[in-house]
Amino acid sequence: MKIKVEVRFKEGILDPQGQTILNTLNRKGYDFISDVRVGKVIELEIDDDIKKYDKKIEEICHSILTNPIIEDYKIIY
Amino acid sequence: MKAGVVVFPGSNCDHDCYYALSNVVEIDTKYIWHKESRLDDFDLVVLPGGFSYGDYLRSGAIAKHSPIMDAIVDFANKGGHVLGICNGFQVLTEVGLLPGALIKNRGLKFICKYVDLIVENSRTVFTSYYNNGEIISIPIAHMDGNYYIDDKGLSELIENEQIVFRYCDSKGETNDVNNPNGSVYNIAGIINKNGNVMGLMPHPERCAEKIFGGDGFYLFESIKNFFKGV
Repeated sequence: MKIKVEVRFKEGILDPQGQTILNTLNRKGYDFISDVRVGKVIELEIDDDIKKYDKKIEEICHSILTNPIIEDYKIIY
Repeated sequence: MKAGVVVFPGSNCDHDCYYALSNVVEIDTKYIWHKESRLDDFDLVVLPGGFSYGDYLRSGAIAKHSPIMDAIVDFANKGGHVLGICNGFQVLTEVGLLPGALIKNRGLKFICKYVDLIVENSRTVFTSYYNNGEIISIPIAHMDGNYYIDDKGLSELIENEQIVFRYCDSKGETNDVNNPNGSVYNIAGIINKNGNVMGLMPHPERCAEKIFGGDGFYLFESIKNFFKGV
């Protein structure tokens, strides 16, 4: 089974990549786009019953995959 | 005194740090391999610049979990002196020894140039040979040097005099134009509350000799002076 972890900057933290993409989109005439946020997706493969590892996966997200000071995450089963 | 320079896979300023400590200010210095799990009896541990583990995931994020880091956190928590330069600063924030985080430069470019810094706190083990308000020139070389901390954290840094260096112009003005990477409050270097762990993005080891400007020399000399006789 595959688990996806979506990682993105917290609200209020400047996302320089998102801002650069936004500027380009607006310059190209796509002026209906008002904000762009760039994140990343990390896929974890588990060869076992996922439910057994709920807590462990939270732990991995919190302590390794993200920096809670600047990033939020969402686990997608 | 004894100093150790940690070598992670991808460290690239380890030799410069070793040279500055060992050859320039003549401190007994050894390399520390990242796979070690114990520290010898060091007085100072330096986390050097570079791209530890290719900066995969986040700068410093993988280095945080390397075998040596538990021993370094333990060493710091017991009062041992730790200096993190550039990637070393990123590792120190990731591991929680220093507050805040370092994110991508706001201009999305790798910046490699000399910058002016104003010394905000010369009453530290690492900066006693500088004067408060002194303007020094030290090179930066980074992609992720944009220091972030929330408003509450910034107030605490200011209140506790934990901000050591800020980016400025040649007259000491700290405005947005002279902020190379977008760092909150032009912060270039900070120290922990106990005063034994400092991190900075600029590279003092790259200018520890006169031929390179020499302003980095006084940082290493400050440390040597503190440990005089040890």
